[in-house]
Amino acid sequence: MSSDAEAGGGRDDGVDAAGASDPDRETKAERIRELLATEGDAVAANTRGFNEGRYESTGRLSDYETLKAEARSIKEDAIERLPELIDGVTEAVEANGGTVYLADDAADANRYIREVAAERGAERAVKSKSMTSEEIEVNDALAADGVDVVETDLGEWVLQLADEEPSHIVAPAIHKSREAIADLFAERFDPEDPPETAEELTMFARERLGDLVEDADVGMTGANFIAADSGTMLLVTSEGNARKTVTATDTHVAVAGVEKLVPTVEDFSPFVELIGRSGTGQDVTSYISTLTPPVDSPVPDFQDDADPLADGSGDDREFHLVLIDNGRMAMRDDETLKETLYCIRCSACSNACGNFQSVGGHAFGGETYSGGIATGWEAGIEGLDVAAEFNDLCTGCSRCVPACPVGIDIPWINTAVRDRINRGEADPGQLDWAFEELVPDEEPGGLDLATRLVGNYATLAEWGHKTAPVANRLANAGPLRAVAERVAGIDRRRDLPEFARESLVEWFEARGGPAVSADEATREAVVYPDTATNYVDVARGKATVRALEALGVRVRVPDLPGSGRPPLSQGMIATAEAAAEDLYAGLAPHLDADRDVVVIEPSDLATFRREYKRFLPTDSYERLADASYDAMEYAFGLLENGADPAALRAPSEGTGPVASGKRIAYHPHCQARTVDVGEYATAVFERLGYDVLVSDTECCGMAGSFGYKTDYYELSMDVGEPLREQLGDTDRTVVAAGTSCTEQLDALLDAAPTHPIEVIAPRE
Amino acid sequence: MSLADTSTFTRRLDDLGVAVSAGPPAECAAMVEAAAGDPAVGVSLGRSGPDALADSPATLPDRIETDPTTADLRRAHTGVTAASLGVAAYGSVALEADAAGTEPVSLFVDRHVVVLREADLVPDMPDAFDWLGPRARDESVDVVFATGPSATADMGGLVHGAHGPKEVHVVLLRDGGAGEDGADDVDADEAGPEDADAEAGR
Repeated sequence: MSSDAEAGGGRDDGVDAAGASDPDRETKAERIRELLATEGDAVAANTRGFNEGRYESTGRLSDYETLKAEARSIKEDAIERLPELIDGVTEAVEANGGTVYLADDAADANRYIREVAAERGAERAVKSKSMTSEEIEVNDALAADGVDVVETDLGEWVLQLADEEPSHIVAPAIHKSREAIADLFAERFDPEDPPETAEELTMFARERLGDLVEDADVGMTGANFIAADSGTMLLVTSEGNARKTVTATDTHVAVAGVEKLVPTVEDFSPFVELIGRSGTGQDVTSYISTLTPPVDSPVPDFQDDADPLADGSGDDREFHLVLIDNGRMAMRDDETLKETLYCIRCSACSNACGNFQSVGGHAFGGETYSGGIATGWEAGIEGLDVAAEFNDLCTGCSRCVPACPVGIDIPWINTAVRDRINRGEADPGQLDWAFEELVPDEEPGGLDLATRLVGNYATLAEWGHKTAPVANRLANAGPLRAVAERVAGIDRRRDLPEFARESLVEWFEARGGPAVSADEATREAVVYPDTATNYVDVARGKATVRALEALGVRVRVPDLPGSGRPPLSQGMIATAEAAAEDLYAGLAPHLDADRDVVVIEPSDLATFRREYKRFLPTDSYERLADASYDAMEYAFGLLENGADPAALRAPSEGTGPVASGKRIAYHPHCQARTVDVGEYATAVFERLGYDVLVSDTECCGMAGSFGYKTDYYELSMDVGEPLREQLGDTDRTVVAAGTSCTEQLDALLDAAPTHPIEVIAPRE
Repeated sequence: MSLADTSTFTRRLDDLGVAVSAGPPAECAAMVEAAAGDPAVGVSLGRSGPDALADSPATLPDRIETDPTTADLRRAHTGVTAASLGVAAYGSVALEADAAGTEPVSLFVDRHVVVLREADLVPDMPDAFDWLGPRARDESVDVVFATGPSATADMGGLVHGAHGPKEVHVVLLRDGGAGEDGADDVDADEAGPEDADAEAGR
């Protein structure tokens, strides 16, 4: 998008005043800015490393998708049969000599655990890492009784010493640098020879914790999975602290959510293969403990250590399995939140998330869980209020979807929670009476203005186009940008889209409709005039028409409504669903006539292929999903089926800004990658002889409207930073299909990218 | 198991920085002697690992204290145990937390020397859980699948020996036939430094 240099300088001087009039907005932006500065680097290095590791490690599996499907089906079955599995595990554990306690909530669980500790006369409890124990805050409950609770996972121990919250569900101290840990140890222990290297810090912690474990009375663990058939629990660890926690103490308390149950021991297998690979990129972690407690190991008596180790003391071990409901059984009855219970807490969704990579879990808030699927957990366990705090940070880029080993549609959970927040908690005091007249949405009054503005983008764009010269001048004028920022939270540092005077549909009609006759045509297709293409970036629409016609396709560009993607991004589900129905109605005659639907904007195609499944009857959904193609996917298919590549533009031609040569830097759109169409552009470019550098950044950071919002401008730019690093200093032509990617890349690289189809389309 | 499984297993162990010695059961004591540091504690073969090990020619050297006190364990540099199963595709060994103390002897030491029969190798993870399922249901066994040394990245870099052993050495007892040749260091040729000490800093 072109910048508007005549707009009175209102963009760049807005930094200091950003959001000044809205305290919430200022606080949120301030908090993000602080985290970017303090924790951003450590989080970014670690999460991006994990994420790359995931690609490598899962890439070594020949049957990755099969394993995921197997894992998913085990979880679906287990949650369906949960009451039966709870009965089964209770029977099995009791037959083994252990106890099962089914706790309704955190207080109930803590009461039971305190009783166990009191009966044991426990002075110290050692713990291995367990998010569920964080959820119920059992440390505080035990400490209130005078029990010394020691976290033995090195990361958790660091946080306990620093009195901080985990920032990542698997690597809790991911936000702390080695230097910060060294400073912490020096301050807390004042050692003669302060440890500094990772090796020294680890050995220092190993010794200290080793001593604390030796005279502990109670060992607490979580459980990653529990088999109902045998009472066997599986723990995924690397350090060996969970092994020591269990072995060194005679009383083992395992705390686990009820959703951890699977039917049989054999069901563990796919999860063991997937969990480490998905999370930190390890094929398998160092230790997979599969315990059927009470365990048989003798209890080493470190106080009276002259006795033989193997003294039969294993027979006196106690085991308590505390299964926690705490909202989970209600989630099971909630069609949307139910999927959350399939989560195996591997952290893949956090690591794949552009925003998480930049700021980490502390920005995502939440009482216990942060990032990705955390919205589902927090909504189910703590309630909508808590989930609302960070729900915004899901941009719907959907890169977590293929990363999730159990295939949870995490963006949908975020959307659905956003919808509930919109409906339940909107502040009715806003000035939206004017807006109510202007926009046709299906949402209740009182909805946040910024949400509505973006959600009704299709209507606004149409209005902008009709009043184009005036609207464009007004939209980017300084005073109005200030108002837009204050009232709707649209950051002044962003360029706004400039509306076209002649829409794509109008142009197509004016030039006389289809140019390829029905007799000559190899295929017939509808080019979908999405809102951005039709009213703003008409050039890429014309290029699509030229490219397809050059390949022998009879093209139509009918007037069709918006896809519903903008309202969907704002959690306005009813509006999006209505849009899906309208658009399907508009497309139905074309589908009846066996016309393909070619989509220029990747987020619209992703909506057809993903969310429309939820909005349309199955037959309609499948019909549209099967008939619709990404523009470059379509070009690829035509070439594969014998179309002549010579009809398209080869790299040697042209020297203008659109075709500055053979070398291309291509950023695939996040959602296009999720629906597996991101690679077609690369394939077509290479076939035509271009030299392509493909970005490996999950999402550019703009993600639809996200980066326009004042609260998130800095975060959005930081998320895009790896793109600047990878593509910034090249002489390559920058290419991207998404409208918002285009705006972001323009801001990051100061080079306005073109849509892939514009590179290969014949010149006008 | 098949030759392919054995070579997959040893290759994976090599990737993990785990040293491997392989030879016939009769050479077990010599291989353990070479692999174990000092002082060393252990659990005698057969009490640790499959029962059949008790009747095989495989033994531990005399210097391994096989009825240790907790004080012996605390002082020990090396712990020697058997494994019940090996998982070729992952380089994992299955250690049983039995009444004889296999788990603490494997865990509260700097170096863990694991004796595994080649016959107890299975190709992949599903085979391991097919083996575990009936034993968990019928005998309530407790098994740790250990893959390489203890590790952490929580302190700003990958370090081995966070809580558990810093080094692991696998002694693989060949099925038979190779009896005359004595022990061999499986990875010495293709993998460079085979000595566990050299690997520990990775």
